[in-house]
Amino acid sequence: MKELSGIVEIVLRINGEERRAAVRPGDTLLRVLREKLGLTGAKCGCENGDCGACTVLLDGKPVKSCMLLAVECEDAAVTTIEGLRDHPVQQAFAEENGFQCGFCTPGMILNAAALVEAHPESDDATDREWMQSNLCRCTGYEGIRNALAAARRKAAAP
Amino acid sequence: MNPASHLGTSPIRTDAPAKVRGTLRYTDDLVRPGTLQAAVLFSPLAHAEIKRIETAAAAAAPGVRGVFTGADWPDVLIGLYMGDKPPLARGKVRYHGEPVAVVVADDEASALNALRLVKTEYAPLPALGSPREALAPGAPILHPDMAGYARIPDILPEPGTNVANRTKIRKGDPARAFAEADVVAEGEFSFPPGNHVALEPRVAIAEYGADGRLEIDSSTQSPFEVRNLLARALGLPERRIVVRAGPIGGGFGGKAGIMLEPLASLLAMRFPGRPVRLANTREADLLSSPGRPGLQARVRLAARADGTLLGADIEFLFDSGGYADYAVNVSRAAAISCTGPYNVPNVKTDSLCVYTNHPFATAFRGFGHIELSYATERAMDLLAARLKMDPADLRLKNAIRRGDLSPTGAPMDENTGDLPACLAKVRARLAWDSAPHRAVQPDGKIRAKGISCFWKAPAIPTFTDAGAVLYFAEDGSATLGTGVIEIGQGAHEGLRMLVAEALKTDLDRVHVTRAVDTDRSPHDWATAASRSLFMAGRAALEAVADAVAQIQRTAAAPLQCRPEDLDVAGGRVFVREDPARFLPLEKVVLGYVYPNGNSIGGPVIGRGRYITPDLTSLDPDTGAGKPWLEWTLGAEGVEVEIDPADGNVRVLKAACCMDVGKVVHPALARGQAVGAMAMGIGYSLCEGFVFDARQVVQNGSLRDYKILRYGEDPEYFVDFVETPQQDGPYGLRGLGEQGIVGMPGCLSQAVSLAIGAHMTELPMTPETIWKKAQEPAP
Repeated sequence: MKELSGIVEIVLRINGEERRAAVRPGDTLLRVLREKLGLTGAKCGCENGDCGACTVLLDGKPVKSCMLLAVECEDAAVTTIEGLRDHPVQQAFAEENGFQCGFCTPGMILNAAALVEAHPESDDATDREWMQSNLCRCTGYEGIRNALAAARRKAAAP
Repeated sequence: MNPASHLGTSPIRTDAPAKVRGTLRYTDDLVRPGTLQAAVLFSPLAHAEIKRIETAAAAAAPGVRGVFTGADWPDVLIGLYMGDKPPLARGKVRYHGEPVAVVVADDEASALNALRLVKTEYAPLPALGSPREALAPGAPILHPDMAGYARIPDILPEPGTNVANRTKIRKGDPARAFAEADVVAEGEFSFPPGNHVALEPRVAIAEYGADGRLEIDSSTQSPFEVRNLLARALGLPERRIVVRAGPIGGGFGGKAGIMLEPLASLLAMRFPGRPVRLANTREADLLSSPGRPGLQARVRLAARADGTLLGADIEFLFDSGGYADYAVNVSRAAAISCTGPYNVPNVKTDSLCVYTNHPFATAFRGFGHIELSYATERAMDLLAARLKMDPADLRLKNAIRRGDLSPTGAPMDENTGDLPACLAKVRARLAWDSAPHRAVQPDGKIRAKGISCFWKAPAIPTFTDAGAVLYFAEDGSATLGTGVIEIGQGAHEGLRMLVAEALKTDLDRVHVTRAVDTDRSPHDWATAASRSLFMAGRAALEAVADAVAQIQRTAAAPLQCRPEDLDVAGGRVFVREDPARFLPLEKVVLGYVYPNGNSIGGPVIGRGRYITPDLTSLDPDTGAGKPWLEWTLGAEGVEVEIDPADGNVRVLKAACCMDVGKVVHPALARGQAVGAMAMGIGYSLCEGFVFDARQVVQNGSLRDYKILRYGEDPEYFVDFVETPQQDGPYGLRGLGEQGIVGMPGCLSQAVSLAIGAHMTELPMTPETIWKKAQEPAP
């Protein structure tokens, strides 16, 4: 177990790069991403693990970065929305209007990208279980559902 | 040469790349070095006298720059239509979550640490838990100083009571209508206050400069309104205030009023030259900043035996919470539209905005109409049951049409939407006339359908305005500046399409400025009331016409013709009769340069203006007047499946058809309708604050305050009818809010049909449905 106090320097692997930050042990990954590393794609929607706007990938698995301490993440690969470049899920969200205000979108896209990776075939129960961790207030989820389907089609295309 | 029309196509939004890459900067993504952080202490009680606030220990904590309480600003009162709210509670608290003290520190952690050192002592007072309690004799008066509050003349508070506003509608002879009626239906309907739950919590960052100017970045839908209201609240002239608003993460009305800006500004004025950031946590956003109103309603309808409506007698009691904010106009809007979209010749309505000890209420999608619609649609269902009539047939029979008089006595004009056509479409989508409305499934679950009608008019000042400017760049492309905020609704996309259409140019040659800045953007009332594309669209079209006239003037000399002989299309200005004589726009829009270097013209700057014409205030005694600009009419329906064993309800289908005049961008129009329907489903089935006996909120986080999640969404059907709005750009009218309005009505009808009992309260949770189903049949 780690024991830390004061300001500590940590090294994070984010989007394939090594990033150093001086943090307090109590700082969440979300705040470090946003406030120390300039990666503001992850949003503070509730800081309580309820909305998913802060979702990032930790070793490819979606996690709520407001519920993790930055010091816990030193041994993992972190992917933020800034690390996705022309991913089929991003294209699908743009084309299918899987967003309106865009505030939930980075987290929603990362969560959807992990879902498509883990479950290339669509399954309503799995999708529902997986995507329920992220809230959207604008779209009524229709655009997101369509984007998810389109992303799977893109991923399946030769 | 003319590109094909853009209207009715669905290009990908220009903000899509930034939004899907996470690079769009919202207000709280702006980081400025040296920013002081504010943290707020909230009242744990709904109604209490503040006996003592001890701040010395907090003020001495490391990193703290100052600790403030209501006593620091003894005279400041903030309000929208009525100034009733101190920036921090003074003397007493009026709702759970009211800001009581604020710490300003060098960083957020220091501010939060110090906040724990602020000691408070309260003496609890009896808390008012509903409008009816607040109107009961002997109820505590929450605002004894109401008579002295500054207000606009259209708001009619009743000092000495808890009534913040009363709007009366008196049309025809309702007493006689009820005396002559064959059938009378009456019911009481209610729901608690709730919240918008925009995903972006509200934030304001203020800086008071050495030049005496206050600069505020805010997640607001209404930067100009904020500037104006701040000026009044702080006693600063508007010229010393600038409000900037970028794209915001959802509003739904919750960011339409004045929110965190006054407190952030007051703090900034204590620390000149330092930005002060005041950001809501989710809990603060739910409880402390304004939400949406609750309602207690009583509706009586009088009808002939054939279903023809004769009269309505209506009482709306809006639960405004501790302060009035926008709710005083929400209640007024509900009065203006009180009958729903039906021709009712005789009406008596009293719509009251009532103070209670709940979180206070502001604008919310639907603005009075979702509330009134729930009550009147429920009453229509009771009437249909009494008449043994199909509820859709009853609505069709009474559908309001051109020439009928609205509740305020103004005639419905040639722009009146085709409600029967909308209703027919929804009936078809739900197989209303070809399959049973209620069916028990093999597994015992019950499927049931419901149908409702709605209307909505913007409830706006009589002088609601929009300005537009059109600039051009060296490449001949055009940039539109307006005061419209992109809140996710896609108004900037719509405006871009209108301008490209009018300029007869490719879409990619038109850009719409994203950020609004009250120093630089043309004045615009607010991004609210579903009026942006209509009003800013009108202004934008005028700006295009003005720009075209300037282009014609500049080009006439080099093309050796009269200005009026020239047309602009396809990125060129050309002689109409001889299109081979042309100049590309880039050679004209910044001035024309002759081969010898002589120049004429100068930059083209198109100017456009709009202001609502011919609107009037209401007569205070009868409500007579013409306060509405336009109506969007429509019908909605649902099919639900209920498990009678546990009351669980699932919405299988939701259909909406509305008459929007003209669909500019079908995909975005559908998105607005679908999003609104989803919000209406949440409103009806799971949302709303839960209070304890002392009116302390029990579900003040997103863990407990449930909104619709992925997989709980139904199959959506959206259709549009296009009866042109003669004064709307290309015939369009508002559509952003409207899809929410009819949802509580049709869902209540479907649930009631399923369980065989009339639902009269929202939200219809599994528990309330199950309990209602257990009640013995009347």
